[in-house]
Amino acid sequence: MSPDMTALLLKALGETVRMVVIAMLAASVIGIPLGVLLVTTARHQILECVPFNRILAGVVNAVRSIPFIILMVAIIPVTRLIVGTSIGTTAAMVPLTIAAIPFIGRQVETSLREVPEGIIEAALSMGASPLQIIWHVYLPEAMPGIISQLTTVIIGLVGASAMAGAIGGGGLGDLAIRYGYQRFRPEVMLATVIVLIILVQVVQFAGNTIARRLNKK
Amino acid sequence: MIELSQIEKVYDSPSGPVPALKGINLRIERGEIYGIIGLSGAGKSTLIRCINMLERPTKGKVIVDGKDMTAMNERELRQARKNIGMIFQHFNLLSSATVYDNIAFPLRLVHMDEKEVRAKVEPLLELVSLKEKAQQYPSQLSGGQKQRVGIARALASEPKVLLCDEATSALDPQTTKAILELIRDINQKLALTVVVITHEMQVIRDICDKVAVIENGVIAEEGSVLEVFTNPREPITKEFISVQMSNELPAAFRGGEISQEPVAGRPLLVRLTFIGESADDPVIAGLIKNSNAEISILFGNIDQIKNTPYGRMIIGITGQPADIEQALAYLQQRDLRIEVIGYVARHDRAAS
Ligand SMILES: Nc1ncnc2c1ncn2[C@@H]1O[C@H](COP(=O)(O)OP(=O)(O)O)[C@@H](O)[C@H]1O
Ligand SMILES: [Mg+2]
Repeated sequence: MSPDMTALLLKALGETVRMVVIAMLAASVIGIPLGVLLVTTARHQILECVPFNRILAGVVNAVRSIPFIILMVAIIPVTRLIVGTSIGTTAAMVPLTIAAIPFIGRQVETSLREVPEGIIEAALSMGASPLQIIWHVYLPEAMPGIISQLTTVIIGLVGASAMAGAIGGGGLGDLAIRYGYQRFRPEVMLATVIVLIILVQVVQFAGNTIARRLNKK
Repeated sequence: MIELSQIEKVYDSPSGPVPALKGINLRIERGEIYGIIGLSGAGKSTLIRCINMLERPTKGKVIVDGKDMTAMNERELRQARKNIGMIFQHFNLLSSATVYDNIAFPLRLVHMDEKEVRAKVEPLLELVSLKEKAQQYPSQLSGGQKQRVGIARALASEPKVLLCDEATSALDPQTTKAILELIRDINQKLALTVVVITHEMQVIRDICDKVAVIENGVIAEEGSVLEVFTNPREPITKEFISVQMSNELPAAFRGGEISQEPVAGRPLLVRLTFIGESADDPVIAGLIKNSNAEISILFGNIDQIKNTPYGRMIIGITGQPADIEQALAYLQQRDLRIEVIGYVARHDRAAS
C-alpha cells in the first residue's frame, strides 16, 4: 500500500475516532441522566412520577425507532443550526449524538434495573436522599453493567459513523465508499474493513477489561 | 420507645386492594428485644417497615422516641431514620464496596470527615469481629459475616432502635445462634431497643423479652416470652410452639402426633430446663427412685448462657396414669422448669 494511502487511512481513522468519542461524550452527558430518570421516576421508585416517566419513555422510543440514515437527513436543519454546516465530520457528530442519547438511556436503564431493590431499601432506611441513592448506590452498583452497555453503544456508533460518510462526514466509512467502491480500489476497501475490525476489537476488549475490574460480585 | 396505634395498611394491587395490616396496636419499651412472629404473608415485613416509614401506613400513628413519624415530611423522615437501624434477610450490602466502606456508608451520607469515619468504623469492625476482613468485598464473605457487616452498618449512625427483618432466616442454625447472640450483646451493651421479625419460635425464645404473634394482619396474642410460651392461648401460638418443640424432639418422635390426653403405649414427653445451681441436682436419679413409672432420657444438652449453666433435657415417662401423675408431681417440686409436651407417637416402631 502506498504511503499516501496509509496517510489517508490514518486520517480517516482519526476522524472516526473523533466523531465517536465526541458524540459518545456529548450523548452520555444527556443519556446517562436520562437512563437514571427512566428508572427512578417509574412506579414505586425513589423519584416516582409516572406521567413524566411515560412521556420520557415515549420520546426515547420514538427517537430510537428512526433509522439512523433517515435521522441524519431529517435533522440537517438542526445540524446546521448547531454547528453551522451540514457537511463534514463535525456535522456528522450531531446526528450521531442524537441517535446515541436514547440508546444510552435505555442501556443505562437496563443496568440500573439490575440493582437489587433491597439495596435501595437499605439506603433509604439509613436516611439517604434520592440524589445520594443515585450517586452512591445506583451508579456504583450498576457500573460494571453500564460500562459493558456503553461499550455496545460505542461499537454501534462506529458503525453509524461509517454511514455518516454518506453526508460527507469523513472517517473510515467515507474512505471505503469513495476509494474502495466508487474508484474501485478493493485493497482500500479491505484495509478499511481490517482497521474497523481492529477498532471494534480494541473497544470491546477495553470495555470488557474495565467492566471485569469493576465487578466485585 | 416505639408506639404503634391503630395501624392499617392497604396495598393497591392490579387485582384490587390488599389489606396487609388491620388495626395494629403495639408498645415497645426502651431497651427491650421485642419479637414479632407470624407465618409468611401475615404482614410482618409490612409492620416493621411501617416503623421507619419505608411503608407509609394507610391509617394510624407511629411514634418512635417520642416523635410522630407519620406526621413528618421526607426531609424530617430521613433525619429520623438515622435513629433507626435496620438489617435484612438478604443483608442488602453494596456489592461494589468493601466491608469498611459498607459500614462507613451511613457516615458518609452525613458528610463526616474521613478521620471521624475511621474512628467510628474501627470499633464497629471489632464489635462484629471482622477486623481482618475490612478490605474484602461482600462476595468474599459467608452469610454470617455478611450479616455482621449489616449489623455494623446499621449501628454506625448510633441508632436507638434496631429493626431486624428475618435477619437470620437465610442462615444455618449455628450461624443463626451466633448472630442472635451478637444482637443480644449489642442490646445490652448499647441499651438498644430491638425489634425482631421472624417465623421461627426458636429465635423468639433465644433472645426476645416480649413477643407478639401476628396473623392475617392482626395481633393474635402478645406478652412476655415466658408467659406466652408457658400459657399460649391462641391456636396459631400453640402451633408455633409445637413446631419449635418438635424440632428438638429425638428423630423417632419428630413430626409424630402429639396428644395432651393419655394414649396407651405412648410415653409422656416432658422437657426439663435446669438453670444455674439446679443443673447439679441429681433429679433423674431421684425421679427413678421415687416413681413407679419408667423413665427414659431422649435428649440432653448443657449450654452456658453468660456463665450460667443451662441444661435442657427431654424425658419420656411411661406407665399407669397414676404413676405418671406422681412422677410429674415429683418434678414439680424440684428447682427446675418443666414443660409437658404431650403423649407423642414414635414412628420408628409403628409396625411392631
Ligand atoms: N408491595 C406490595 N403490593 C401488594 N401487596 C403486598 C405488597 N407487599 C406485601 N403485600 C401483601 O401484604 C401481605 C403481607 O405481606 P408481608 O408484610 O410481606 O408479610 P410477611 O413479611 O409476614 O411475609 C401479603 O399478603 C402480601 O402479599
Ligand atoms: Mg417478610
